[in-house]
Formats: sequence, C-alpha cells, structure tokens
Amino acid sequence: MATAIAHGRKPRRRQSLGFYGAGLVVGVVLLVLLVGVAIFGPLLAPHSSIQTIGVPAKPPDGSSPLGTDFLGRDVLSRVLCGGRSTLFLGGAATLLTYLLGTSVGLIAGYVRTAVDPLLMRSVDVLLAFPALLLMLLFVTAFGGSAAVLVGGVALVLFPGVARIVRTATLEISTRGYVEAAVARGETTLAILRREVFPNVLGPIVADLGVRFGWSIILIASVNYLGLGLQPPTADWGLMISENRDIISGNPAALLAPAAMLALLVISVNLVGDALVRRLGTSGDQR
Amino acid sequence: MVASVEPVTPVTGDRIGTPHRGRRHPVLAFVARRLLAAVLTLLAASILIYLAASVLPGNAAEVLLGRNASPAAVHHLKVELGLNRPLVDRYLSWLGGAVSGDFGRSAVAVAEGRPDSAIAATLGRPLFNSAVLALITALLLVPLTLLFGMTAGVFAGRRLDYAISVPSLVFGGLPEFVSGTALIFLFFTVLGALPPVALLGATGSPFSYLNQLVLPVLTLLAVALGAGIRQVRSGMIDVLQEDFIRFARLNGVTDSRILLRYALRNALAPSVQIIAQNLQYLVGGIIIVESVFAYPGIGTYLVNAVQARDVGEVQAAAIILAAIYIVINIIADLVVVLLVPKLRTEL
Repeated sequence: MATAIAHGRKPRRRQSLGFYGAGLVVGVVLLVLLVGVAIFGPLLAPHSSIQTIGVPAKPPDGSSPLGTDFLGRDVLSRVLCGGRSTLFLGGAATLLTYLLGTSVGLIAGYVRTAVDPLLMRSVDVLLAFPALLLMLLFVTAFGGSAAVLVGGVALVLFPGVARIVRTATLEISTRGYVEAAVARGETTLAILRREVFPNVLGPIVADLGVRFGWSIILIASVNYLGLGLQPPTADWGLMISENRDIISGNPAALLAPAAMLALLVISVNLVGDALVRRLGTSGDQR
Repeated sequence: MVASVEPVTPVTGDRIGTPHRGRRHPVLAFVARRLLAAVLTLLAASILIYLAASVLPGNAAEVLLGRNASPAAVHHLKVELGLNRPLVDRYLSWLGGAVSGDFGRSAVAVAEGRPDSAIAATLGRPLFNSAVLALITALLLVPLTLLFGMTAGVFAGRRLDYAISVPSLVFGGLPEFVSGTALIFLFFTVLGALPPVALLGATGSPFSYLNQLVLPVLTLLAVALGAGIRQVRSGMIDVLQEDFIRFARLNGVTDSRILLRYALRNALAPSVQIIAQNLQYLVGGIIIVESVFAYPGIGTYLVNAVQARDVGEVQAAAIILAAIYIVINIIADLVVVLLVPKLRTEL
C-alpha cells in the first residue's frame, strides 16, 4: 500500500497544480456566465417574474420551459431575475465586510492603547456566535430587508478580516519606513493610508473569494428561512422554500434555483481557492 | 487500507499524558484561565443577545398586539411582560433567571392569554430532538472525517485522493438547504424511499422515527464532511513530509507501522481542532437543516420565534446555542493541550 510514503515522495506536484488550474478556469467561466445571467437575465425573461401565467405547479411545456411555480408564475423568468439580489447583496456585503474589518484591524493594530483590547475583545464576542445565529439576531433586531441582510453579513464576517489586518498591522508598524513617516510628522491617518494599508492588502485579498462565498450562502439562507427578502421578490433562496410543497408537481420550480445557487457557490469557491493558493494560506477562519 | 483506519480513536496513552513537572499545575492554571474567559465571553454574548432582541422596532407589546391595539391593551401587556421597567433592570433579572433555567414568559403566549406561558417548559423537547440529531451526525461525522481525510492525505495526488477530494470540495461548499432539497428530490420524489419532512408526530421520540432522521443527518454530513476532509487531508500531507517519518523510513520501519504509530498520532492533534470546528458547525447547521425538514428541534424553534417576534423565545434559544458553541470551543482547547505535549510546555 501507500507507495507515496514508501519512497518518501512528495505528492505529485504537476498533477495537483493541473487539477487546481482546471478548477480555476472552470470557476471563472461559470462565474462570468452567472454574473451575466444576474445582469442580463431580467432582459431575457420571457414573462414577468411576478405575474401569474397559468395554473400553479404546471410541469414544463412549450410556453414555459421550466413550468410554473406554486402561484402559477413562470419559473424560467423568475430564475433569470432571481440572481440579481443574491449576487448584488452578496457583493455589497463583502465590500462592507472589508471596509469594516480593515478599519477596525488597522486602528486596533496601529493605535496600541486601550482601544486595541477593547476592539479585539468585542470581535471575540462576535466570533463566539454561530454565523447564522448572529444573522438571525440581527434580523430580529432590525427586521428583514436588503440593507439589514448586507449589514448582518458584514457584522458576522468582519471579525475575521479585522483579526488578520490587526496582526499584519502590528508587524508592519515596527518597520523603518513607518517610523520614518512618524518622524516626518505625518498624521496617523496618512501613515495608515500610505504606509500600512498597501502592505496588509495581500493577506486580505487572498480570502476575498472565500468571504464572498460565505456572504452569498448567509444571505440565501436567511432568504430561504423567509426572514430576509419578502415575496413576491424573485430570489433563488426564497424560491426554493416557497415552492417546497410542489416538489412532486413541478420539481423544476425548486431544482432550477437550487442548481443556480449551487453553481454560483461552487464557481466562487473554485476562484476563491485559487486566490488563497496563490496569495495566502489563511481562510479557515470566519 | 483497512489497517490504516483503525487507530483513529484518540490516543490518550501514558506517553502522551505524562504530567508536566517543574511548575505548579500549569494545566490547571490554563483550564482556569480558559474557563474564566469563556464565562466572560458568554456574559458579553448574553448582553448582545438581550440588546438585539430589545431594539425591536416599536415595542414587543405593540408588535404582538398589532398596530390597531388600544393604548390601554398595549400598556397592560407591557406591565404584564415587565417592559415598563428600565432596560438594565430587565436584563439583570432575565440573566438571573436564565442562569437558573428560567427564561421568563413567552410574549406571544401572554398576549394570547394562554396560562402555560413559561418559556423553559417549551424548550425541553426541541433541545432533546436537536441533541439526538446532532449526536447521531457527530457519531458518523468524526470517524468518517478522519477516515476520508487521512486516506486522501496518504494518497495525495492520486486517483483515490481525487475521488474523495472533488466531492468534498463540491458538497462542502453548498448551502444546507440546497443539498437538503436535492436529497429530498432524490429520495422522496424520485425513489419514494424516505419522507421529505421529519415531524416526529405530536409527542414522538426521534428514535421511533429513525427513517425521518436519515435525510437531515445526510444533509449535515454532506456539508461538515466536505470542510473537515480537506483540512485533515492537508494535515496528513504535512506530517508525512516531516523528517521523523523519513528517518523512520530509513531505519527500515514498515509502511503500516509508520502510518499507524508515527503519522496518525501526529496528524490527530490538529484534527481535534478540525473536529471541534465541525461540531461547532453543527450548532449553526442544525438551525437551517431543521427548517428544511421541519424537524422539531431548537433550530426550528428559534426560526419560528424570530418569525413570530417572540423576543423571550429568541433570547432563550440564542443564549443556549451560544453557550453550547462556546463550551465546544473550550473543550476542544483543553483536549488539544492534553494531546500535544509540545503545546503544554508553552502554557
């Protein structure tokens, strides 16, 4: 057995690089297609996404290639329109996550006063919650809407970014060029922006794909639970839950949005993995 | 292959558990520090949970009674629920109750005038059901994670590795409700073999409806296995490249002995953390998986409470889940310290 050990060989490098290289290509192609669907889908939709066009739970036929949903709306049109919310909210949430995480991490790491432990202990408390639980608490507090979803995801995910940025900042702020900038009398803000920030960029960009994937999953999950975007919005997560009673009548009403979400998450993960592999090694932490 | 999978049970032999001499009880001091930190974290978490549930737009009483309720009725319910007292007062008495297992009264039940409004009484069955679901999953999850992860690591870059790694990459990343929906379609709609929901009857015990547990457990496994396998795999690859493996090899130690005595034991320590992460994942994962299958556990309870805007129930479920999450974390820390002598000397 196990000849790899027997000869003390390392895992075959060329093949594994090939495998992940192929993954990256597949991921990028899929992602471009799905972003295309999200942006141009509503223009291609044959019917309105919120008008009934026939009897509920009708299996696929000529006029509606994916049949109708539990209210008799065209599933294809709703699938084509349902990607926008997922992708855009996920993107906005990721952006806010990085904005918040980088600011907190930079301040905590550079301003080494009582601010640092205060910020980092608060971050620890947020990390003591399961992600979805924190999301649900946020939704309980502020109700379900697009803005709350974006804010909730940022609240869940920013601690991870803040920790990485803080560690990098601690190390960089002891460097000579930072001390030189301090000696020149530059303001803290300018030092953080010009000297520190460009150097902490690497490790956080590496996790970008991973965190975008988590944003999408968290938002879709809250929508699936019926606590986020409200009907009649066409959203992939929401579509899966609202059609669950017609899984025998017209399975396409659930399977089509589920497949789209699955492809989206897989493609984001493939690209995210490639980023981590190239730029950094972290990524296990939320 | 069978030979390499048997010793995955944690090694707690004498050699690893040698007591540390020299300083006075460093392990005890470490345990005490971690416990204190956990209690403080939980306290902070309870404040956050209480605040989140209290900033509810409007007011619990108004939300429950609807916009058209008379001011007198709203005031009456407020007094009934104690909402007219200051926030800090309310928090402290809630915390005092929660510590002794009293989570106050369900606002919805009070508003509906039901006599049995104590929240604590409604928590038992969902908690038990969730515990059963999580335990069954964990019992399968831990050995399977180690088996697949280590196999993939030993055969890294080969066909067997891809056969394990590619599915784990795909399924590990999917949202639970997507894989759950796919499983329902396959096993209920296509095969007609398993029920799509796990209602357990009115008073049913999960054990008398085992076939209803199959799909929820499979769904949780699909996600948790995917993440765990990849981490155990890379841990195994790291260990196999260590010098001591090479030296053992040069000394003529047999392959199976290298795997069983050298590699597994050293790959196990980081795996403890991975398994802990997996168990922590379950705490959050059951929230959505229970909803997918309408399984009457604490996750469904929480989601229903959020939907019904029952602040008291949200607080109770949230603090219990957060406490379990924190406890798993601390247990994992302690187990790692007990398993890895190197870490112990750094205490």
